[in-house]
Amino acid sequence: MRLTDLANPSRFLALTDRILPWLAVATLLAFAFGISQAYFAPDDYQQGATVKIMFIHVPAAWLGTFAWILMSIAGLGTLVWRHPLADVAAKAAAPIGAAFTLMCLVTGSLWGRPMWGTYWVWDARLTSVLVLFLMYLGVIALWRTIEDPTRAARVVAVLTLVGAINIPIIKFSVDWWNTLHQPASVLRLGGSTIHPTILVPLIVMLIAFTLLFLALHLAAMRNEIMRRRVRTLLIMQADAATGL
Amino acid sequence: MNLGPHVGFIVTAYVAAIAIVAGLVAWIVFERRHLNRVLNEFEAHGIRRRSGRAQEDKA
Repeated sequence: MRLTDLANPSRFLALTDRILPWLAVATLLAFAFGISQAYFAPDDYQQGATVKIMFIHVPAAWLGTFAWILMSIAGLGTLVWRHPLADVAAKAAAPIGAAFTLMCLVTGSLWGRPMWGTYWVWDARLTSVLVLFLMYLGVIALWRTIEDPTRAARVVAVLTLVGAINIPIIKFSVDWWNTLHQPASVLRLGGSTIHPTILVPLIVMLIAFTLLFLALHLAAMRNEIMRRRVRTLLIMQADAATGL
Repeated sequence: MNLGPHVGFIVTAYVAAIAIVAGLVAWIVFERRHLNRVLNEFEAHGIRRRSGRAQEDKA
């Protein structure tokens, strides 16, 4: 099968039906391994056992931003190449990205309270992630506001590409401004500053969460294709009823 | 395993993460069932997309 064959929604559905069970098993195995690694990881010398929140907070933050990057690439696919699955991919990614961004905010607050003495502070990192969450809600609302999915896709693609400016702001906010949030410690020039006994479980959890995202995204894309088929059939039924 | 004095924060964070993932999975599964049911109802009433009819004609 060529990559261009995936542009056909029926072939895409057939492929996802074959891939999804394997992806679900791989996700479960990765989580079983990752959670066992996280359980036995040593406490941090400063933060104690609260470092265990990092094993869900960092993957959630990664997926919150990754989903927006994916939506931006899909937005280009919609505007430039008019790929039939690009807007399906963008629409399916939005609620999943919003959910992981919410997870990042909630787990971050619960980590911040014992470490910083506060659940929330209006610093650059926290505020830019909150803006990302609000932008996800805006995109979801926009999809629901415009009835024609093709027209909605173009409007959402423009909003998504403009909103992508927030991604580097989130990433570099801890370097550009004084923040309570710690600076980059995993992806940074000069290598990670985290000890391997904590870094390895974190990487396994990052892989597990990414597999989960891919499985959820493929399943949500499949639903979106079915939803569009239902819409087409409803229009055909209405046309038949009015004799058009 | 001793989670120290902040056990409540750690457990709540994990419970929140599980609840959010469970919500996502439930939304996708229920949506799929609902859409399948609607498509089957259309099929039962003989309403099909043009591409669906073309595939059947080929077979």
